[in-house]
Amino acid sequence: MIKDITIGQYFPGKSVLHRTDPRMKLILTVFYIVLLFLIQNILGYIIAIGFLVVAYIIAKIPFKMVLKSIKPIIPIIIFTAILNMFFIEGESEPLFEWWIFRIAPEGVKLAVTMAIRVVCLIVGASLLTYTTLPISLTDAIEDLLGPLKKLKFPVHELAMMMSIALRFIPTLVEETDKIMAAQKARGADLESGNLMQRAKALVPILIPLFISAFRRAEELALAMEARCYHGGENRTRLKQLHYTKLDVFAFLLFVLMLVGIILLNLYAPVLI
Amino acid sequence: MENTEQVLLQTENLEFAYEQNEQQTMVLHGINLSIRKGEFVAVLGHNGSGKSTLAKHFNAIYLPTKGVVYVDGIETTNEEMLFEIRQHVGMVFQNPDNQLVATLVEEDVAFAPENLGIAPAEIRRRVDAALKQVDMYEYREHSPHQLSGGQKQRVAIAGIIAMQPECIVLDEATAMLDPRGRNEVMKTIHELNRKAGATIVHITHYMEEAVEADRVIVIDEGKVLLDGTPRYVFQHVSLLKKVGLDVPQVTELMAELAEAGLKVPDDILTETECADALEKLLSGQ
Repeated sequence: MIKDITIGQYFPGKSVLHRTDPRMKLILTVFYIVLLFLIQNILGYIIAIGFLVVAYIIAKIPFKMVLKSIKPIIPIIIFTAILNMFFIEGESEPLFEWWIFRIAPEGVKLAVTMAIRVVCLIVGASLLTYTTLPISLTDAIEDLLGPLKKLKFPVHELAMMMSIALRFIPTLVEETDKIMAAQKARGADLESGNLMQRAKALVPILIPLFISAFRRAEELALAMEARCYHGGENRTRLKQLHYTKLDVFAFLLFVLMLVGIILLNLYAPVLI
Repeated sequence: MENTEQVLLQTENLEFAYEQNEQQTMVLHGINLSIRKGEFVAVLGHNGSGKSTLAKHFNAIYLPTKGVVYVDGIETTNEEMLFEIRQHVGMVFQNPDNQLVATLVEEDVAFAPENLGIAPAEIRRRVDAALKQVDMYEYREHSPHQLSGGQKQRVAIAGIIAMQPECIVLDEATAMLDPRGRNEVMKTIHELNRKAGATIVHITHYMEEAVEADRVIVIDEGKVLLDGTPRYVFQHVSLLKKVGLDVPQVTELMAELAEAGLKVPDDILTETECADALEKLLSGQ
C-alpha cells in the first residue's frame, strides 16, 4: 500500500558511520564523487569499491539494501553503456565491425568505467541516507550553507521548509489513504481503465488532499506563531553539531585515498 | 474585590469584528472578564458563539476591534511586547497534527525555547522537565506520527510548558480526541494547575470537563451569558438549553424531578451527589 513509501530510507544503527557528524558525511560524499571521476587506473577503482564494501560492513547495512538502491538505475546504466560502446570512435583496431556498427576498444573501456562510476556514486550516496537521519541532514545543510546568509540567501527558511516537509510526509500519506478509501466507498474506480482514465480518477483524491494541506499549513503557521517563531534570527538549537576526532579521522582517510589515487594515476600507468 | 496584582488576563469592553466581502460581522460584543492567576476556567459555548475568537485574543493572535485586552498588565496591541505576551500565554490548538513542527518529539518541545534564543543546556533541561510533566518522557525520540491523538496533544502541551508560561489556553484541545485521549489531556492540565500553579483557560463543549473547573464562563452570541462556579452555572438548566448547550445528565435529571414537583436540590453536579439526593428523597417519603 501507499504507506510503504519511505523517504530518506534511514537504517538505524550505532556504528561509527552513524556517529560521524552529518556535515562531515555530506562533505565526504561530495568528496567521494569527485574522487570517482579522478580515477584513471584499475587499482584506483579497486580502492574506491573496497572502501564502499568496508563502509557497508562497518555500518551493518545488509547487502540487499545495496541491491535495492541500484535496481532503479540499472536501465540507465545499460543504456549509457550501449551508447558509449557504439559511439566512441577509437584510434585502435575495432573489435567488431558490421554494416554501420563499430565497437572500438576505447568504447568498451569507457562503457565499463562509466558503469562502475555510476554504481559507486549511487551506492556511496545511499550510504549517506542509510546512516543519517533526514532531520540531521537538514541541520547539516543549514549549517553548511550558513555562509550564504551573508548573501541574503534564506538558508534557515530552506532548512525549516525541508524539515516541515519531512514532518508532514507521513501525515499526508495517511490522509491520502483515507481519502482514497472514502472515494472508493462512494464508488470511485481507481484501478481500472487506461492511463488517461486513471489520471482522471486521481482528481477527486488530489483536490481534497490539497484543500486539507492548505488548511493544515494555515493552522501550523498559527501554532508556530503562538510559539514565538520569528524566523532564524537569534534562534538557538537544542542539538548542537560538534566535530569530533572521528570526523578528523574520516577526513584524513579521504585525503589519504585522494593522494593514493593521484599517485596511482601518475606512477602506475594505465593498466586498463 | 480581588487584588488587582493577581489578575492575569483582563478584557475591557472587548469587541471584535471581521470583514468579509466588505461586510462587517461582529463576533464579540463587549466582553468584560478578568481571570486571576492560578484559576482553572472552562469556557463553554456552542459553535460560532465566539469562544475561540475570545481565546485567540489572550495571546495577541487577534487584536480587539474595540476595547482592550491586558495580559499581565500589558496591552496586547503593544507590538514590542508581542513575544513577551505569547511567552506568558501559551496556546494549544484543536488539531494535534497541525501544531507539531518537528520530526522528533523532543525537537518539537524544544521549538519554542529555540525561538526565544535560550542557551542549549537550558533548553535541554526545560525539554526534559516539560516531557516529564506531561508523562511523555519515554517517547522523546519517537516521531509524532507514531503517537496517539492524546499523546500528540500532551506533546503539544509540553511544547507550551517549555516556554514557561503562566497561563495555558486550550482552544478546544480535546475536541478531536477519543475518550481515552481526552482523559489523558484533562488529567495532565489538572495536574499542571494543581502542582505547578498554572492558570488554565479551557475552551470546550464537553460539560463533564467544565464541571471539573473552578469557574465556568458561558459565551453566547459574543457575550458573557453566565460566569461563576460550575454549581452556580449549571443551576440555569433552561437558560443553557435555550442557547443550545447541554447540562450534565444528573443535573438535568434533578431539574426534571423538580419540575415534576419533587423537592430536590438544584445544584447537583456529580453522580454521588445525585445518588445521595435521591436516597434522601426516597427515605423521606
